[in-house]
Amino acid sequence: MVSYILRRVLATMPVMAIVAFFVFSLLYIAPGDPAAVIAGDQASPADVERIRQSLGLDQPFLVQFWTWLWRILHGDLGTSIFTNLPVSALIAQRIEPTLSLMTITLVLTIVIAVPLGVVAAWKAGSWIDRAIMTFAVFGFSLPVFVVGYVLAYVFALELEWLPVQGYKPLSAGFWPWLENLILPAIALGCVYIALIARITRASMLEVLQQDYIRTARAKGLGQRSILFVHALKNAAVPIVTVIGIGIALLIGGAVVTESVFAIPGLGRLTVDAILRRDYPVIQGIVLMFSFLYTLVNLMVDVTYTLVDPRIRY
Amino acid sequence: MDRRTVLKGLAGAGSLAATGGLSMPALSQNAAARTLRFVPQADLANFDPIWGTQYVVRNAAALVWDTLYGIDANLQPKRQMVESEEVSSDGLTWTFRLRDGLKFHDGEKVLAKDVVASLTRWSFRDPMGIGIKAIQSDLVAVDDKTFKWTLTKPYPKMLLALGKNNAPCTFIMPERIAKTDPFKQITEYVGSGPMKFVRSEWVPGAKSVFEKFTDYVPRQEKASWLAGGKQMLIDRIEWVVIPDPATAAAALQNGEIDWWENPIADLVPVLKKNRNIAVDIADPLGNIGVFRMNHLHPPFNDVKARRAVLTALNQEDYMRAIVGDDNALWKPLPGFFTPGTPLYSEDGGDILKGKRDFAAAKKLLAESGYTNQPVSCIVAQDQPITKAQGDVTADLLKQMGMNVDFVATDWGTVGSRRAQKAPAGQGGWEMFHTWHAGADCLSPAGYAGIRGNGDKSWWGWPTSEAVEKEVTAWFDAKNLDEEKAAVARLNKAAMEDVIYAPTGFFLSYTAWRKNVSGIVKGPLPFFWDVTKTA
Repeated sequence: MVSYILRRVLATMPVMAIVAFFVFSLLYIAPGDPAAVIAGDQASPADVERIRQSLGLDQPFLVQFWTWLWRILHGDLGTSIFTNLPVSALIAQRIEPTLSLMTITLVLTIVIAVPLGVVAAWKAGSWIDRAIMTFAVFGFSLPVFVVGYVLAYVFALELEWLPVQGYKPLSAGFWPWLENLILPAIALGCVYIALIARITRASMLEVLQQDYIRTARAKGLGQRSILFVHALKNAAVPIVTVIGIGIALLIGGAVVTESVFAIPGLGRLTVDAILRRDYPVIQGIVLMFSFLYTLVNLMVDVTYTLVDPRIRY
Repeated sequence: MDRRTVLKGLAGAGSLAATGGLSMPALSQNAAARTLRFVPQADLANFDPIWGTQYVVRNAAALVWDTLYGIDANLQPKRQMVESEEVSSDGLTWTFRLRDGLKFHDGEKVLAKDVVASLTRWSFRDPMGIGIKAIQSDLVAVDDKTFKWTLTKPYPKMLLALGKNNAPCTFIMPERIAKTDPFKQITEYVGSGPMKFVRSEWVPGAKSVFEKFTDYVPRQEKASWLAGGKQMLIDRIEWVVIPDPATAAAALQNGEIDWWENPIADLVPVLKKNRNIAVDIADPLGNIGVFRMNHLHPPFNDVKARRAVLTALNQEDYMRAIVGDDNALWKPLPGFFTPGTPLYSEDGGDILKGKRDFAAAKKLLAESGYTNQPVSCIVAQDQPITKAQGDVTADLLKQMGMNVDFVATDWGTVGSRRAQKAPAGQGGWEMFHTWHAGADCLSPAGYAGIRGNGDKSWWGWPTSEAVEKEVTAWFDAKNLDEEKAAVARLNKAAMEDVIYAPTGFFLSYTAWRKNVSGIVKGPLPFFWDVTKTA
């Protein structure tokens, strides 16, 4: 297992190199000019050109790419064109809100979606099953920002239970931290809950047809034990796979959610950087997310061995 | 006690039990009242007011850095850091003396050498500064409090240049910071203004914090825009970035923020209905909508094609697309200068008045030699004002019989593409839209968009000797009457040559909670004299 993990970690290197090259190339050929954005609307063409030169944006592609790559190889993600702050510092400022949001969303999703899927499979064809699947369809269909606005209107403006926007770090206290994340996590989690609930149901339905489940029932095991100990564990591989894939969904959704709820996370940093053409920041974030996603896939693969002893690497 | 307090209490008790006691910060009512939470028009992504000239940077910089002079509400430059000035009889030597009590946030005194370094850096980036630099003989510190500017030619607009509020302003920095290359960002944010920038709490894209500078000595006069005594009645200002307007509106209603600089017109009716919120016009100087054509390439290299646009253009269509049905927010603008200000002129503006004449427009277009080739209209979709104008223009040009190539893109792309002088087929463009702050269009001083100096002029590169002649006449004018006459002729010449097509004059609102008072209308948000009760 250890050698497998090491091999997988090593395999991420060429993946990261390819990602780095593509990200840099795509940004290079993309239209837009950070110098023009920096200079402001009243600036003269000569001013814009001077700023472009000072940023090194007038250099040939290979020179720019090599300069950037050399820095990356030395662990330096570069400096933001706009803020003049190191990209690593900007990411560090923003990573806590995003990780907090993703963690709360994941916990919320697993706590809600898996039991819903299990119950839907158990009561397949009943009104309970249909109600849960109808909820899942809504979850899939409603865009994050619509759910976000509705939640903010009801729970923040009307009921005054929770704040509309913002983020407070965990160091400010548990409740201040949590109260800012409840609505965004529900908004972001809706699609995810729907997805996991459907996958859990489908996977459970298949397992519940198996002979060993019939045997368990014949032995007189309780329904809860059959569902959550015997069936769910055997249905877990596809569920874990989808949870892993869903991390990418969460990253994408975080961009919108963070904008709607004004959470200063990586999603908003990404959008701001793209709109301003802050190339070093975009490159740094994409590299970091690629690395994170590769790690998540590795964790998913390792988790398989925990839920299914037949899987060995 | 409201529901949230109860819920907080319950959850706090629960979490206390669960975690063994994670604390919540205590913020007394007095502390809350001394902190103002403000949502600015944009993110403060960088903080060098000479390097980056975005309005949001200028607005924040006005808190941190002081200026030698400041424009007041009567549009007159008044002494700010300066105690006295003297100009020689030939108009070639200006001698300035700094007032007592000026101190930087690091505790150092403001000296004349700091001013000299700051003005030198500014004069590389500001159009008026560049103009002064071109006739500069010497700029030196005479002693700690006196500096002298010697010119080769009189410059009657000196005090305006040193006090104007359009970016970049003459913000005074310590010499060591001001010696930074004007095309590179500074890395220290030390000023002598009434508030200090709290760099440790700066999260670009999310929050910027300013704290009261207790050693600041305000002038004795009453504050008026950038002039007078900048008395800070609050201790801390938090600039909170809320990118989504609906969220900002909800946060204001919920009391999570105190002041929202520029709510979008669609949400203003909701805010007006809230008894805890006040809404008013933000800046009486407003904005001028701009439809900019490329003077280098067909069809708009021919003045007849440009005049065809003015003949058919209906400013009401543009303004309604930008501000909606609120008639208090717009007015027609048959000119290029800010309405309601001393130099405003409608000379030559008849072409924009009365019933729109599409037949005449088509005739002019045909005379210009237009042969139905595509005309590229680059439209930034991420800026509501440019998007609205672009949509109206596309429809207008189609009605005129033009073949419009509508390029929907973002502002970052417009920024780079408009700098291309090549024809549209080779990466260039034929038209784009933007807007100018009315404060920048009070006179030709910092009004880059009105210039007609060819290669050196603003995007679109118009060439107009008549315009340039009147710009010079305004700079040389010795009194207001001469200035008015020069600007009237300039307005007429700019309209005849169609430097650009003005799409109208529009205003915007600002909104704040009623426990905040002292907010004044102006070209930027002024925080002095603003108070807040708990």
